[in-house]
Amino acid sequence: MTFLSYLIQGISLGSIYAIIALGYTMVYGIAKMLNFAHGDVIMVGGYMCFFATSGLRDRFADGSVAQAVIPNLAGLLLAMFVCTLLGITIERLAYKPLRQAPSLAVLITAIGVSYFLQNGAQVLWSSNPKICSSIIGKGVLSLGQLSISHVILLTVVVCVVIMLALTWFTGNTRMGKAMRACSEDKAAAQLMGINVNATISMTFAIGSALAAIAGVLFTSAYPTLQPTTGALPGIKAFTAAVFGGIGSIPGAMLGGILLGVIETFAKGYISTQVSDAIVFAVLIVILLVKPAGLLGKQVAEKV
Amino acid sequence: MKRLSKQSRANFLTYGGVILVYVLLQLYNSQVGLSSMIQGLLIPICAYVTMALALNLVVGVSGELSLGHAGFMSVGAFSGTAAAIALQEVIPAAPLRLAVAMVIGAAFAALAGFVIGIPVLRLNGDYLAIVTLAFGEIIKSILNNLYVGFDARGFHFSFLADTVSDRLAEGGKLLIGGPMGISRIPIISTFTAGVVLVLVSLVIIFNLVNSRAGRAIMAARDNRIAAESVGINVTKYKMIAFVISAALAGAAGSLYTMSLSTIVANKFDFNTSILILVFVVLGGMGNMWGAILSATFLTLLPELLRTFNLDQYRMLVYAVVLIIVMIVTNNPLLQRTAEDLAERFHRKKPAQAGEGGQSHE
Repeated sequence: MTFLSYLIQGISLGSIYAIIALGYTMVYGIAKMLNFAHGDVIMVGGYMCFFATSGLRDRFADGSVAQAVIPNLAGLLLAMFVCTLLGITIERLAYKPLRQAPSLAVLITAIGVSYFLQNGAQVLWSSNPKICSSIIGKGVLSLGQLSISHVILLTVVVCVVIMLALTWFTGNTRMGKAMRACSEDKAAAQLMGINVNATISMTFAIGSALAAIAGVLFTSAYPTLQPTTGALPGIKAFTAAVFGGIGSIPGAMLGGILLGVIETFAKGYISTQVSDAIVFAVLIVILLVKPAGLLGKQVAEKV
Repeated sequence: MKRLSKQSRANFLTYGGVILVYVLLQLYNSQVGLSSMIQGLLIPICAYVTMALALNLVVGVSGELSLGHAGFMSVGAFSGTAAAIALQEVIPAAPLRLAVAMVIGAAFAALAGFVIGIPVLRLNGDYLAIVTLAFGEIIKSILNNLYVGFDARGFHFSFLADTVSDRLAEGGKLLIGGPMGISRIPIISTFTAGVVLVLVSLVIIFNLVNSRAGRAIMAARDNRIAAESVGINVTKYKMIAFVISAALAGAAGSLYTMSLSTIVANKFDFNTSILILVFVVLGGMGNMWGAILSATFLTLLPELLRTFNLDQYRMLVYAVVLIIVMIVTNNPLLQRTAEDLAERFHRKKPAQAGEGGQSHE
């Protein structure tokens, strides 16, 4: 039973990593940049949800259906709206002027944006941790001896829905096809009449909205919210994206869930203190066997 | 030697510049006196300058993005400092003990660099970056759970739980205490030692870059396939750069730690690696002068902002400065203007192209 409950916890943690990793991988696929500020967008999403829920909760009668639904829904929507706007703004102001610049310059700019968001949050909201309430309550589903909290169920369901929606979106819509075209070859896409700048903005918008959802789910599962909350899940999700093959949407999903499961097992069976080391050691071994990640394409270099 | 090549003249200018700054600072300090804030920053600046030079060898000269250099710094810091404490009775003279500790720190970091380099250098691009990040985190986890004690019978080790304290004989010392790190460090680092370390790093790096091995490393950076096809053993030369860089980082770590009274492994985390990467990229990749200047400036900047009563906003200002500098220096219009100016300036001496500051992707 402990095995199963660890597995379920791992899948739930991994689902959050997967949602964050999807944002990383989409932005990487199109803009060919590692958006280190992605983790901090999660933090902003968490704060937005916190403010909306804590501000609205008292306006409804205790225990009513409206109190259970409206503040949480408003929190989620506010988080998604603010993060989407934030993502587009960051792209416009910081990354767009660097379209032609060497990739390391863009990387450093992303790090600058990450510092900016963390320290901006510290100035605005102070570094004292805020305690979030879960957006779905503390309910538990019991199956025999096994008990699964509602947060875990919700996280997994949301993750699967997002994954299916994204696969459909990139495969069937005009915008999705434009995104794939841009990630293959920007110049050729432009010649075919695709608005590359709009496509990149759209990618940042989607990635940031996903980060907002991840932020809300993350603070529901781990309720302490600080300006640095997003940093560690950001790095882990980046690892997950590389694990699965960066640029690949199913890869991000698989990498995220595997990373979550390995981390939970390492914590449960070996040691909490070295669980991160074990996760990274597995990553190294996988990358040595499959240097482009689990589902990444190995592109042969042309001479 | 009657005539020096242009390259060695530039190198001697760099050595001279560092020595000049050192002499001027010492003179100023003895005549006017530096503020205690600046004095406290001198050794960290030397350590960070060395780190920036070391990382520049990997990122700028060898062309591989390393996100885990703080790991090598911590290996050097912990082994060097532990050695300094253990050798307290054997070598009473502090400067000699510091030198020995730095060499030991460099040796351990070089060993770590070699072991990590074997898998890492088989990969390339972002995958290499993520694996160095992973190794940096693994080193941090290991050092956070390592206990090392020292007594008359030699060293004692344990992992995860502290069994060392009980096994220590009378008069033994716990050197590394897991998450508590090393405490009661003898403060033996000096600014002079720091400047010597910077100079030694410069000598090593310049001599490497201007050697056959250095040219092979840069050839492999610019085009791996072409370099391999003319018979360069790319992995071997990249390994040389990686191990030397790790050793220098280890020495910088020892220097840095022995200017503080306590140190924990969490000090050398991903953020520290990123901080050093920022020095390198901001200074111009492959450009050693740039690395020295940007490491000095960016270490001073947050502290200077502190004195302007901007304590709350200092990291915010730091972030904005970073973003603006990156956008401005990569602006195509400005770059063209700078090139035009440089061309006009050099028209009389056409052969003098900008040295060292190659940019590449």
